[in-house]
Amino acid sequence: MSVKLTTRQVGDVSVIDVAGRITLGEGSSALRDCMRDLISKGHKKILLNLSEVSYIDSSGIGELVSGFTTVTNQGGQLKLLGLTKRVQDLLQITKLYTVFDVHEEEAHAIRSFV
Amino acid sequence: MALNTGGHARSVTRVYDSTLQSVDDAERLALEVAAQTGFREDDVHRIGMAVRECMVNAVAHGNRYSAHKKVEFSLSTDGGRLQIRIVDQGAGFDVEALPDPLAEENLLRHSGRGIFLVKSFMDEFLVRRLDPAGTEVVLVKNLDAPT
Repeated sequence: MSVKLTTRQVGDVSVIDVAGRITLGEGSSALRDCMRDLISKGHKKILLNLSEVSYIDSSGIGELVSGFTTVTNQGGQLKLLGLTKRVQDLLQITKLYTVFDVHEEEAHAIRSFV
Repeated sequence: MALNTGGHARSVTRVYDSTLQSVDDAERLALEVAAQTGFREDDVHRIGMAVRECMVNAVAHGNRYSAHKKVEFSLSTDGGRLQIRIVDQGAGFDVEALPDPLAEENLLRHSGRGIFLVKSFMDEFLVRRLDPAGTEVVLVKNLDAPT
């Protein structure tokens, strides 16, 4: 399995549960398509649950950044939930940890959207 | 696959097609050899990721997925030193000209982090343009290097 994406709605927040690998090819393009689909339908509060993501490469990081900038430019918010230590390390090395609003608990993350 | 073992030294050479399957295969091989060499789990992961990023560069940016171009991948261990060499047949790139992904103006760029991650994860990273075409990348990780 490359990546599995499941979308659910919690109030006005769209949660994307991501599981597997987000790497160049099927993984990163599936995530890109999923975020674009939500944005095109007017969803502007998106929470990416990465707790089941086992691996992310620079292409996957690029998709997170692109999703973030696209949603932000449309007046929305994209936040991250449940980073594994390896994903957290990658975001720290690339200085992106402070760019994203990162949460450990879903309920807390949902409440943080304005 | 050519496999030579002599004492503690080991070398593996493969020639890959310019496909994403080759990226997966090279990464898997590097993970296997790194683990057998005795690297800690985190370093095995970093070595695998460095190989993935360099193979993506070779396959996608260098050879542009051409069915006519190959990627030469070799991996050798000698004691606690793991060396990986990746050669493509593309036009080459100037590593010094790559923008700094940590610069404020580049933080939100979609791409440009691959080589930076490789440099972060490996002890040595060398890039050389080949004549008349192609790029050679050499990665080294030492077992006893401070982390």
